[in-house]
Amino acid sequence: MSITIPIGPQHPALKEPISLRMTIDGEVIKDADIRLGYNHRGVEKLFEGKTYIQNIYVAERICGICSHSHTTCYVNGVEKLSGLEIPKRAAYIRVLIAELERIHSHLLWLGVAGHEAGFDSFFMYTWRDREIVMDILEEISGNRVHYAINTIGGVRRDIDETQKTKILNHLKVLRERTQYYKNLGTNEPSFVARLSGVGKLSREDAIALCAVGPTLRASGVDMDVRKDDPYNCYEEIPFEVCTSDTCDVLGRTVVRINEVLQSYDIIEYVLKNLPAGDVRVKAPRKVPEGETVSRYEAPRGENIHYIKSNGTDKPERLKVRAPTLGNYPATVAMLKNGFIADIPLIFAAIDPCICCAERMAEIQDVKTGSTEIKTFDELKKYSKKFDKHTEHKKDVEWPL
Amino acid sequence: MIEKIIKWSRLKSPWILHLNTGGCNACDIEILAALMPRFDVERVGILLKATPRHADVLICTGPITRQTKDRITRVYQQMPEPKFVIAVGACAMSGCVYRGSYNVLGGIDQLIPVDMYIPGCPVRPDAVIDGVVKLLTKLEKS
Ligand code: SF4
Repeated sequence: MSITIPIGPQHPALKEPISLRMTIDGEVIKDADIRLGYNHRGVEKLFEGKTYIQNIYVAERICGICSHSHTTCYVNGVEKLSGLEIPKRAAYIRVLIAELERIHSHLLWLGVAGHEAGFDSFFMYTWRDREIVMDILEEISGNRVHYAINTIGGVRRDIDETQKTKILNHLKVLRERTQYYKNLGTNEPSFVARLSGVGKLSREDAIALCAVGPTLRASGVDMDVRKDDPYNCYEEIPFEVCTSDTCDVLGRTVVRINEVLQSYDIIEYVLKNLPAGDVRVKAPRKVPEGETVSRYEAPRGENIHYIKSNGTDKPERLKVRAPTLGNYPATVAMLKNGFIADIPLIFAAIDPCICCAERMAEIQDVKTGSTEIKTFDELKKYSKKFDKHTEHKKDVEWPL
Repeated sequence: MIEKIIKWSRLKSPWILHLNTGGCNACDIEILAALMPRFDVERVGILLKATPRHADVLICTGPITRQTKDRITRVYQQMPEPKFVIAVGACAMSGCVYRGSYNVLGGIDQLIPVDMYIPGCPVRPDAVIDGVVKLLTKLEKS
């Protein structure tokens, strides 16, 4: 006999609203169903009503953890469309912030993985060190989370010599600690026993289900946009793509720790070889007609922005494919034939970022009991109906 | 007498429930950061709880999306009296950049009564602590 248990949308193991429905047989998961849309805010529609400069702020607020990924991906696309060449110094600063973001995101994830595996001191340790990264980011950009460093044509803030030495000093501490976590995470017997063999995803499955980022790399596939399709001067910076062949949660942990160590090298290289010059060029307000796709390796995997311009100062269409969305099918495969106790661990292992993934939902109005699934056409009609009301509506009466 | 004890314990150890109602995650990680070693609100008795039935204070981040609307009401109803709501971040206050979107309803106060607003996009962990402490002082006087 099998029963279905719902998990979420508000659940202790989940930091963000999402709903999982598990069909279980005893302790074993037979089938999993992921329900999305709790975090759908209609960001893509908002993009169309704002100018390119305003959209940087919206893009930043797609997600709080990978805010730099979305803005960089977006401004890279816009710059490609308008044929702008950004100064090298600006590209290097973008790389610097991107790698700092990767470090803070991976440390955060490591902590969460430790927490889900019942290793809470690990959680506290990594989050303590994450604060050092946050300090560096605050030092450079003035903000802890939304750095607001990107602008079309370059970056908004420069860094000076004192900041450089400060960052290098901080890095020394971080590197030492990360090395310690690496030893701890890969040698501590109970931690390794908890993680190894959980959430298996074979190499073939990972490719077939279009997994991205560390999830894909932990299945032995050597793929990283920074190497395969370099942007922002990544082609000049020496680094390695980290992979693992274990195909389980342990592999994903190892890949992430190694990536953090690689990021330290990248940051050191960037700081030591920072080219002189301006940090931005003046960008025209209007973007010529055309369309483009821009790719970016976010901490969680490949992030894709598609931008279509109609020659005005507002984009006609902006589509975001966030990495977490690419990982959902793989998660379902990983959950199948696993145990209930492994659900949070497996789900956390893709490092889900729900707010990233949800700007475009095809399932709407999942009311308690009755489920209503809208087709894409219906959804389009639905959004058109609201479209009339949404534009420039001030002091709206909220439909409550 | 018993009331006094209850009030004392409520003030000394408020249990909070954190609910993301559609925000961008930044506010959520900052709230979590407030619980972590650097800020460590646990030493003053503030404890993050996993279920609404144990919580005294509901911390909401994010504008209300159409799908979370019913959930918030449910979570709010499940909390035992007296309950307090803190709206964290510009989103929870007014909708922030999402205001005017077809799927977003605006601030938390559109749906449930809010006792304290903490501004910022995202809020800083220090601001979260300050907000909770201010709420407690308000309670102490009442
Ligand atoms: S207030 Fe700002 S940082 Fe906080 S959830 Fe809203 S958009 Fe994100």
